[in-house]
Amino acid sequence: MANLQDYIDQHISVITNDGRVIIGVLKGYDQATNIILEHSVERIFRPTEGVESSELGLHIIRGDNIAVVGQIDVEEDENIDWSLVQANPILPVNYNIK
Amino acid sequence: MLFYSFFNTLIGHSVTVELKNDLTISGKLVSVDQFLNIKLNDIKVLDQQKYPHMDSVKSCFIRGSVVRYVSLSKDLVDTALLQDATRREAQQPK
Repeated sequence: MANLQDYIDQHISVITNDGRVIIGVLKGYDQATNIILEHSVERIFRPTEGVESSELGLHIIRGDNIAVVGQIDVEEDENIDWSLVQANPILPVNYNIK
Repeated sequence: MLFYSFFNTLIGHSVTVELKNDLTISGKLVSVDQFLNIKLNDIKVLDQQKYPHMDSVKSCFIRGSVVRYVSLSKDLVDTALLQDATRREAQQPK
């Protein structure tokens, strides 16, 4: 089964359907991929500035709105100076393909 | 359930998944479920320069609903067999 059990209490990075990136600790999930994120922070990517972090706290994200849940390698994450990373935001998921 | 079973036979092999947000992730297939949610290990994002967002992510869970394509090596799939199986499933009375 492809469930999120091994990511519980781990740092994860969620990419939502509208292209946001939210980092946090996974506290819970269900079959619909609804998830509970503790200590969550949004990483806002911009093409001309470094990444801005916005504290969100505890969040429940509805499964409908989730594209990818990634397990973060905390050590590697700390080695990246996100304030220097510049990139366009991830595109939103587009269900109305021509 | 046919494609679920089919994806189960691909576990352990490398696949490339293109998402509906144009992100393309390749990695080793770890598991699949009935929604065709996919788990990958040792992931690489295509065009890393453009997408540094997942630089510290080694394994991920992809929601089935956002998958556009799954590309796989030609020798991992017996198309004739799959074609037969899909036809048989379609013929089964409900």
